[in-house]
Amino acid sequence: MKVKRVEVEREGITHTGLLMPSRGACIVLKLDSGYNIGLKKDAKTKVTVLKEGVVMPHKKVSSPSPNPALPTISILSTGGTIASKVDYRTGAVTSQFDVEDILGAIPELTEIANFRGKAIYNILSENMRIKYWQKLARAAADEIKKGADGIMVTHGTDTMTYTAAALSFMLKTPVPIVFVGSQRSADRPSSDNVVNAVCAAKVATSDIAEVAVVMHAGMSDDECLIHRGTRVRKMHTSRRDAFQSINAKPIGTVDYKTRKIHTSEEYRKRGEQKLAINDKLEAKCALVKFSPDAEPDVINYYTDKGYKGLVIEGTGLGHVSTEWIPSIKKAVDNGVHVVMMSQCLGGRVCDRVYDTGRDLLKAGVIEGEDMLPEVALVKLMWVLAQTKNSAEVRQLMQTNIAGELSERSKQA
Amino acid sequence: MKGQNRLDYRQLGLKAGLEIHQQLDTKTKLFCNCPTRLRNTDESTYEVRRYLHLTESELGEVDRAALEEARRKRLFIYKGYDTTCLIENDEEPPQPLNQEALDVALEVALLLGMTPVDEVHTMRKIVIDGSNTAGFQRTALVASNGKISIPEGDIGIATLCLEEEAAQKVAESINSTTYSLDRLGIPLVEIATMADITTPEQARIVAEHLGMMLRSTGKVKRGIGTIRQDINISIAKGARTEIKGVQTLNLIETIVEREALRQVNLLKIRDELKKRGVKQVEMEIIDVSDVFAATKCKVIKNALKKGGIFAVCLPKFGGLVGQEIQPGRRFGAEFADRAKRFSIGGVFHTDELPGYGITSGEVSALKKRTYATSENCIIFVAGERSKATLSLKVVVERVNMALKGVPEETRRALENGNSAYMRPLPGAARMYPETDVLPVYIPPERLDRIKSALPELLPEQRARYIKEYGLSEEFAGLIARSKRALLFERIVALGISPTLVVRTLEGTTSELSREGVPVQHLADEHFIGVFKLIKAKKIAKEGIPQVLKGLASSPSKSAEKVAAEIGLQAPSKEDIESVIDKVVQSKEGFIRERGLEATKPLMGVVMKQLRGRADGKLINSILKEKITAIMREK
Repeated sequence: MKVKRVEVEREGITHTGLLMPSRGACIVLKLDSGYNIGLKKDAKTKVTVLKEGVVMPHKKVSSPSPNPALPTISILSTGGTIASKVDYRTGAVTSQFDVEDILGAIPELTEIANFRGKAIYNILSENMRIKYWQKLARAAADEIKKGADGIMVTHGTDTMTYTAAALSFMLKTPVPIVFVGSQRSADRPSSDNVVNAVCAAKVATSDIAEVAVVMHAGMSDDECLIHRGTRVRKMHTSRRDAFQSINAKPIGTVDYKTRKIHTSEEYRKRGEQKLAINDKLEAKCALVKFSPDAEPDVINYYTDKGYKGLVIEGTGLGHVSTEWIPSIKKAVDNGVHVVMMSQCLGGRVCDRVYDTGRDLLKAGVIEGEDMLPEVALVKLMWVLAQTKNSAEVRQLMQTNIAGELSERSKQA
Repeated sequence: MKGQNRLDYRQLGLKAGLEIHQQLDTKTKLFCNCPTRLRNTDESTYEVRRYLHLTESELGEVDRAALEEARRKRLFIYKGYDTTCLIENDEEPPQPLNQEALDVALEVALLLGMTPVDEVHTMRKIVIDGSNTAGFQRTALVASNGKISIPEGDIGIATLCLEEEAAQKVAESINSTTYSLDRLGIPLVEIATMADITTPEQARIVAEHLGMMLRSTGKVKRGIGTIRQDINISIAKGARTEIKGVQTLNLIETIVEREALRQVNLLKIRDELKKRGVKQVEMEIIDVSDVFAATKCKVIKNALKKGGIFAVCLPKFGGLVGQEIQPGRRFGAEFADRAKRFSIGGVFHTDELPGYGITSGEVSALKKRTYATSENCIIFVAGERSKATLSLKVVVERVNMALKGVPEETRRALENGNSAYMRPLPGAARMYPETDVLPVYIPPERLDRIKSALPELLPEQRARYIKEYGLSEEFAGLIARSKRALLFERIVALGISPTLVVRTLEGTTSELSREGVPVQHLADEHFIGVFKLIKAKKIAKEGIPQVLKGLASSPSKSAEKVAAEIGLQAPSKEDIESVIDKVVQSKEGFIRERGLEATKPLMGVVMKQLRGRADGKLINSILKEKITAIMREK
């Protein structure tokens, strides 16, 4: 950032400082004390430039020399800020994507592994796209081929679980692929980034060869949960422990202080399966949420637009109003594969209990079992890229592929 | 500090500036909607455990190893309540800047003749000690360039900032600090004067004056801990020292005196070191654990189990480390304060030994072991090797600073007026914008509104009450300081005796409160209602406490209704006479025996029967009449 040093005279008072970019009607001045103040820009305000802008050289932290005793983790960054740097001179906060910068911000990582890294893209996670999932899957596969012992994906938390689900279906991995991010911005000393990254690195070097999300377990910095990438959902807008496994227990926990992993669920072990990538996805799929008195037009819209798959987030056991049923039938008749999920999130869809449900089944709806609606959407994209045959689609959607679905609903 | 310690401050070039932190009495906190209420820690309903992660830019002066140490080991435990929320927990973005608090800050700024900024920008100031869950304190510069006038001259007011109060430290152990979240986020104004203060006495006067101005608004919190002073002090050849957390005004003078003295003494030590030809001290750590193998010193004995004893030799420092720089505080304490940050059990130097259970035999063994002569001073610490190394490193750093004189630093005020090292002086390099809070534009109309309602300063208000209302000095001061001052003026305007109003608003209410009456339920309208009854002579002033009591327990009722319910409506003169007649008749013997002297005891009997419904003066005069009549019958 290039900034000018100026003197602003207003109402007989002279303020000296750096001229900051401003969006409003005021001049924003960064005083030598570090405070920013806004001064109205009008005829009574006199600005004198004392010094034209200079660019501060970006100081690079040198990478520590690799420790041959440690495994190698490849960090793939997508734009989530696991590390950021504050320029106190200008107040600018920059996100750090270089491995050197990440290690500079979280030096503890160097005790766990050797790192190499790649910035795949730099976007806000709400701007994520299906083709980015595919590119990320290919990049992860490449890194594994090149010998990475584990992959860490830094990702914005908003859509992290969609991407984790997508990679879960597209990749058969012999090593851990761990998604990590921070709920509280990395520019604050209290950020959850360090604890999450350290725990994620531990998982990336473990024998848990799954696509996982590793984030805070509670409000405290005690431990992180290891969530299966197809079972996890962001359940809070801001809390550190926003990520929760739904309809399944987390694979395990990582204690931050001792860095010990404790697993309580079955998982695929390192090297158990060979690397395989199947990155085809059918993008013409959508997720529709039903609410009371909602008109069925929305279903007709997708049918008319040539969509191939729809996941409906129905009520309770998996219902929509009877008014929707003709539109759903029409969709199915037009080759749209319709999967029913529940807005309850917790529990299993069952359309065999009430009349509406039975009518939905008759119309051709596929019961999505105990999957999360978003995961069902991603899975449908992946399934429809493999086959368009109704029976096969139904069968695949109701079969566990990547831990997204279980045949038995266990007592907590 | 008497006699020989009295310094010539003018000659020394003493310069001091104050930073006053005053909590505001707003409904809610600065960035969330929680009440600004303090709690007992045993009322805590949850606990959060956190670490703060710092990068080099925030802690430039601490070496990387030390940084690592701090990073991994220090655990912060926060106690939360049903009166704190996710924002104090640093689990939710802040709410917009509290506008009530900004109004108060602007009011104070205008009182101090300052010029407010046009747009208030909230900043994040990095705070590394865990007292803010976020790792930063939110603060905004609201105004600058004011001044106050005291008899000794004008003192410039540099800046006024509106900021959030930090969490209160409630416990500390070697590896963790516990904070209570109730105080975190209470709005406060930080007023910084220019370094225009030149004597210790002046520092106290300025602090008193600013405190009075703040209280004049009636919108600041009162009581212990609601106002704190930091003092910046330097002498011409010394350096700026910031002394934090002075909680009482009485201590200010001593703090300034003793800091000037400390700087004078540090300069003397520097001169002596120069004279002795001391150059840079090298960091050379010697493991001296074997010297203390059979020691009786408890601290050392314990440390030997966990780590060892490590020493550095300070050539030609002999005698200097033990020199007093403040009454009861040796130069060595300056090193120990710094070394203690690394959770080290003990820091010792040979200038203070033998002592603490360390024998002279051990001291000479130590000197032999380190090849030290009597010219040298040996500093040694007890503890784990890594921590010991870190602490000795900062000791040597501090020792080398002594060669230059006085280091710039932030110090903590001690109860006796001395101070201890806290941390290096913070620079501007700790501040960046709080992007979660939008800037607040202050339109001229807002300033005009506040300007038109600026409060009278307390001394002026008190003088006016004495002059206009004929109040005693005590009563005038009492009501001027009170939150009910405006109410007082409203009630007096009804035509009520000012003294009665003060007695009721301040005296009666606190008496009732002591009795357990919920006087916090009493609103202005309740008082006005009561005094309207007085004015209309519907109740006597003796009935005021009972009506207030009734209103406090049923605030939805009117004063008139309450008075009627407890039968307080003033009786007619006939009713009073008939009550008195009965009393007089039943006590005829007593009256005949005592004559007019019976008036006083009988007053009590009559008053009790009338239960404060009638005016005492009226009863008294009727009673006297009747007694006189009986006496005449004789």
